[in-house]
Amino acid sequence: MCLGVPGKIVKIDDFIATVDFWGVRKQVRLDIVDEPVSVGDTILNHVGYAIRRIPPSEVEATLELYEELLEAVSSDLMAADVRGELAGSSPEHPLSNAGK
Amino acid sequence: MQEKLEDASRQLKFRSSKTGRDLSAAIGRICREIGRDGITIMHVCGSHEQALAKYGLRSALPPELDLIMGPGCPVCVTDLPEVDEAVALAESGVRIVTYGDMLRVPGSSKSLADARATGAKVDIVYGVHQAVELARKLEEEVVFFATGFETTAVATAAALLGGVPDNFLVLSAHKYVPPAMELVARIPGSRVEGFLAAGHAATITGWGIFADFAAKHGMPVVVAGFEPLDILAGVARLLELVRDRKAVVDNMYPRCVTRDGNQRAQEAMWKVFETMAGRWRGIAEIPDGNLRLREEWSHSDARKRFKIDMTGLWTQAPRARVDRCICGNIMAGLASPRDCELFGHECTPEDPVGACMVSSEGSCRIWHHYGGHPDLSDI
Repeated sequence: MCLGVPGKIVKIDDFIATVDFWGVRKQVRLDIVDEPVSVGDTILNHVGYAIRRIPPSEVEATLELYEELLEAVSSDLMAADVRGELAGSSPEHPLSNAGK
Repeated sequence: MQEKLEDASRQLKFRSSKTGRDLSAAIGRICREIGRDGITIMHVCGSHEQALAKYGLRSALPPELDLIMGPGCPVCVTDLPEVDEAVALAESGVRIVTYGDMLRVPGSSKSLADARATGAKVDIVYGVHQAVELARKLEEEVVFFATGFETTAVATAAALLGGVPDNFLVLSAHKYVPPAMELVARIPGSRVEGFLAAGHAATITGWGIFADFAAKHGMPVVVAGFEPLDILAGVARLLELVRDRKAVVDNMYPRCVTRDGNQRAQEAMWKVFETMAGRWRGIAEIPDGNLRLREEWSHSDARKRFKIDMTGLWTQAPRARVDRCICGNIMAGLASPRDCELFGHECTPEDPVGACMVSSEGSCRIWHHYGGHPDLSDI
């Protein structure tokens, strides 16, 4: 109930869009989408209503945030490692499932 | 085809295992910098818990960090009397339409599934618009038992604003998340130091809504998405803020969340609903935690149309097992499913005792399905 699903608009009839979700087409209402949409746009669908037009550039913006975060940490790598050594902590934990 | 490939590659970027390992390492380092055990952060979303459990993300977190789930399952916090109202209406012969997750949520003595098994008219829909369509086809009254947080409340509001027939009525059990965060932050015994806010509820409300909360409670809030990397990045950023003692809001999900949110959806929601104090199952009475229809929508309000008599449901004494259910403490972040003596034995998805085992967004159900808290550190 909390998770929206992104899909691509293939057709618009008034307040109803036909949206492609990884090959499955469904009708989605456009009554409360946050900005005007057109065919080809990606929207976030939630229980049959589009609640957000997702500009492709913002996908990149999210990825950049990750990179910033990692840079901020790595720039402080030495200090962190020193503190880590002092605290006698163990090596990083594995992330076994990501990417599968 | 080209577009499909582009979509696929975009998806993969959010599942890169190298970035995942880097984020995991970053989380470990930041925790070492904080330099103590029992660092506790809370998320408030069933979908976050699903991703955490499904991808085994807790194995990527150091032992000194506790990432717990708060009151993030809308089905679970729907209170007994609210289910009772729907059951009582159904048993009086009124057609009830609701989301699939609500079917087996226990009321005082019965669920909607129990009522249906004995002949009551209970239908499941994917969205409120299907309930409206059903009402258009039928002459009898159709009551939509409306549950969920902001994300579904805006859909209910949009449906009403879009025009509904006279025989379509709403029984609102919608809940509003921000006041629940307030309550959980103040709960005695709470160790929560920061919140991971749910990305899609924030798509509606905007991240700005958490600014006052962060300042008031001296607690950082980070909005995070639902891909494994979104969550790890959100956790890493939240821990940085905890380390630096910065009680601010940060948005790690800019592809879906803006500062002001979806204003058109908010306008629709507040045109139709207003907040009122309401009980969240097992947690507490939460000031402004419920959404009820405004006076102007009385003609579509099931509570105004019908006199709902629930007393018949209260004659049975509660089953003893229910008294041992600790769903409330789990949703308040004071206990985990593993602390419950019923979990997995007397309480299973096939024979649930508490709402947390019923809903696909309940922590007990999720942990039962995925194992919940893997410890892969020895592998």
